[in-house]
Amino acid sequence: MQDTFFLVIFYVTAAVAVLSTLLMISRLNAVHGLLYLIVSSLSLAIIFYLLGAPFAAALEVIIYAGAIMILFVFVVMMLNMGHKGVEQERQWLKPGGWIGPGLLALVLFAVFVPALSGGLVSTGPRLVSAKAVGIALFGPYLLVVELASFLLLAGLIGAYHIARPPEITGDDSDSLTSARHHDDIAIEPLQGAG
Amino acid sequence: MVDVALIDHVFILAAILFCLGLVGVLVRRNIIFMLISMEIMLNAAGLAFIAAGSAWGQPDGQVMFLAVVTLGAAEVAVALGLTLLLFRRYQSVDVDNLKELRG
Repeated sequence: MQDTFFLVIFYVTAAVAVLSTLLMISRLNAVHGLLYLIVSSLSLAIIFYLLGAPFAAALEVIIYAGAIMILFVFVVMMLNMGHKGVEQERQWLKPGGWIGPGLLALVLFAVFVPALSGGLVSTGPRLVSAKAVGIALFGPYLLVVELASFLLLAGLIGAYHIARPPEITGDDSDSLTSARHHDDIAIEPLQGAG
Repeated sequence: MVDVALIDHVFILAAILFCLGLVGVLVRRNIIFMLISMEIMLNAAGLAFIAAGSAWGQPDGQVMFLAVVTLGAAEVAVALGLTLLLFRRYQSVDVDNLKELRG
């Protein structure tokens, strides 16, 4: 009985994951695609939980549905054209945009609440706790932690350098090639805006 | 309790999600959607790691999932910076603007 219940929850969640991903890659509006990506991340988090990895499930929600989504939303906002903003926002508030992700998230919620209250994986032998992950991470996998910190630092510096605003970049360049490169970047938006 | 048949189905789900992400990267020309599809592919790889770690009852899968998440976060930060640069130069997020090297 418990086993069929588990399987039903798993297959419904997997169907929601595939459906939301399919709808995500076929959207025309980037914000609608982001809404479906949130649903996809949430369904994957539930699958991680069902597989006995609650720590990874929490990370999936925090990092994917939280941090990375905020990055995407910020960039979509920065790319917005000013004069079309109000009209676009009015269109986003119509139910056509969010009713699909809302219904899929409702299905996930309806499936996940009995899974939580039933205590499905908490006593299973396959449960890999956050404690075991931490011991492995700072024991034999310490090099992975160091590499991840280097990677994040490189990503931070790289993103800062690449996305620097153009008015700052034009001043302090003394070599010829970098000056030319900066001019290319700096002039284009002014022409576009004027 | 996770049995062997379920692990097979989880791997099939990971393969489906990876293929959907690959289709998204190949079909879309909007760079935002290409980046989202790459996130889907990284998610599918992470799901395969978690499933393998769960099948053996070892924490190694979750450690690798952490590495995948870190890689995805760094990748998306740099790629969104490149997206801003692309939009500043061409006033568009269409990657077909970047075909000057074709000659």
